[in-house]
Amino acid sequence: MTTTDEQSTAIREIALAHAKRPGALLPLLHAVQDHAGYIPASAVPVIAEVLNLSRAEVHGVISFYHLFRTEPPGTRTLYLCRAEACQSMGARELEEHAKGKLGVEFHQTTEDGRFSLEPIYCLGNCACSPAVMIDQAVYGRVSAQRLDELLEEP
Amino acid sequence: MAQDIARIFVPADTTARSVGADAVAEAIRSTAADRGAEVELVRNGSRGLYWLEPMIEVVVAGERRAYGPIVPGDVEGLFDADFLAGGEHAKGLGATEAIPYLAEQTRLTFARVGIVDPRSLDDYLSNGGYEGLRQAVSLNGEQIVAIVTESGLRGRGGAAFPTGIKWKTVLDAAGEQKYVTCNADEGDSGTFADRMIMESDPFLLIEGMTIAGLAVGATQGYIYLRAEYPLAIEIMAEAIELAEAAGYLGEDVMDSGTTFHLEIRVAAGAYICGEETSMLESLEGKRGIVRYRPPLPAIKGLFGAPTIVNNVISLATVPIILAKGAAYYQDFGTGRSRGTLTVQLAGNVRRGGLVEIAFGRTLRELLEDFGGGSASGRPIRAVQAGGPLGAYVHPSHFDTPLDYEALAEFGALIGHGGLVVFDDTVDMGEQARFAMEFCAIESCGKCTPCRIGAVRGVEVIDKIRGETDTAANVELLRDLCETMVAGSLCALGGMAPYPVMSVLEFFPEDLGAA
Repeated sequence: MTTTDEQSTAIREIALAHAKRPGALLPLLHAVQDHAGYIPASAVPVIAEVLNLSRAEVHGVISFYHLFRTEPPGTRTLYLCRAEACQSMGARELEEHAKGKLGVEFHQTTEDGRFSLEPIYCLGNCACSPAVMIDQAVYGRVSAQRLDELLEEP
Repeated sequence: MAQDIARIFVPADTTARSVGADAVAEAIRSTAADRGAEVELVRNGSRGLYWLEPMIEVVVAGERRAYGPIVPGDVEGLFDADFLAGGEHAKGLGATEAIPYLAEQTRLTFARVGIVDPRSLDDYLSNGGYEGLRQAVSLNGEQIVAIVTESGLRGRGGAAFPTGIKWKTVLDAAGEQKYVTCNADEGDSGTFADRMIMESDPFLLIEGMTIAGLAVGATQGYIYLRAEYPLAIEIMAEAIELAEAAGYLGEDVMDSGTTFHLEIRVAAGAYICGEETSMLESLEGKRGIVRYRPPLPAIKGLFGAPTIVNNVISLATVPIILAKGAAYYQDFGTGRSRGTLTVQLAGNVRRGGLVEIAFGRTLRELLEDFGGGSASGRPIRAVQAGGPLGAYVHPSHFDTPLDYEALAEFGALIGHGGLVVFDDTVDMGEQARFAMEFCAIESCGKCTPCRIGAVRGVEVIDKIRGETDTAANVELLRDLCETMVAGSLCALGGMAPYPVMSVLEFFPEDLGAA
């Protein structure tokens, strides 16, 4: 209960801090996600009230963008590039390997909560394909074996 | 005293770091300390010779010499070989500027990329930075626009619209508040030129946008930057702060009395927001739903105000045009494609990287002379040019010169300059399917041909690949492609069929004609 209250207070503060910016909603949602790791459903009415929008409008924006999430992610997030340059260097096989290794599909989190798996469409690392990103660190020329090593790193 | 300290460059852009540059920098630092060697370690951007990354450089007698690709295990050996004095080593590449891949390029927009420390404004200034803006502050808006128009610069985002004409429209549009927006939502697979500018020469983009602001009378700029580029966001933000502190941005740009503020807005992973009107919606804090045109963004853009929307490379090319004059830039290129083109060699290619050259070289020269063939050593079967909405080019077209008009003759495009190479193990039917799948994932949903067409496209291709009623379904797929091309509101639905149609036409054996 307390944590929910604390979170809702924090989200209101974030919303108020952004409210005056032109086109505030995207930077605001990023700030909420940076703070909480995701955008909890309870944030929607708070944001709507502060920005004088309807809840539907706020929900509509959150659901439009692939990188906003509405569920808590795993401790770390593995983003696998699925785009063409990586495909040409075996990204499809790497995707199968990663799904098998983690035992999850895209948009899911491993049972132990260590990893969420997300698709991503281009990291701009196309001359060293295939590429993956773990949280904010990009890795290139990733073989199945290299991916296994990366997943083992603390 | 100072000349005794060796300068070592270890790139710190996303790609160099993705293949271990940080660990190499650390190894150099600790080995130098162990050996009591005094070194100055500079984290430059990448030269874009990505197959050689991490590629380190040392300055020997005023000249930069390269070694690469380096792994931490090489570092002891490099010191043993006295690389600080340019000593011979198995991974030595000689003078950097003499490496053929680099020597044969014409680096105008990318002149400083990989050379300077992107986090240093001083480095930018001492390498010709802000010369363009210095010219611009002495001119009026009309004059700046005239120079950009005369240079022949065309938008490098994909549509190749003349930049000067776009600026002229914004300049002439009535409005108290105008905006300059930079589309840095570089979502096309096989492209990384925008990222390189932002990570390796960020002040260049700031300078270009400031000139644009001066040209049209805009006081506020926004960089719409992809969330998938965390390092670019960090470096650009730092550069904006430094530029503000030094008076290159803010209330009184270079003591000219004009104001220009610049802010980064981080995108959130929607490919469609690379479409300009969708980007504007997103900047306004809304769903990135494509707008009807007209009105053009130049007349009624961000928050309803006249707005420049330009790609990173277009804006980053403006400073050199102002600094050296329209004629200097004009002189490069061919036909109506003036200046230089930034090609990005990507995917299954032996020497992937950035190649900035004058227009007019052939695809084959790019793929073979620069690229060195496929990475796997197998024959190249197809090249996707211009991103996920670009055609797959068949080897029979590899002798086409790279310019906007020549490629358009067989339905292909340059787009943002990405070339993604596939070897002969590729299943072109699967690639065609992905084009439709990607469109279905990324469609904004506003218009029916794109929203429904892409989903149906995947289904029909699945039927063809499953050999169900093949001839009829191929016919249906052609029909569907035509409908999407003719009936979609923007380039996503309107061009997603291009790769599919190119497979039907040039690789029919992989889709239906078995």
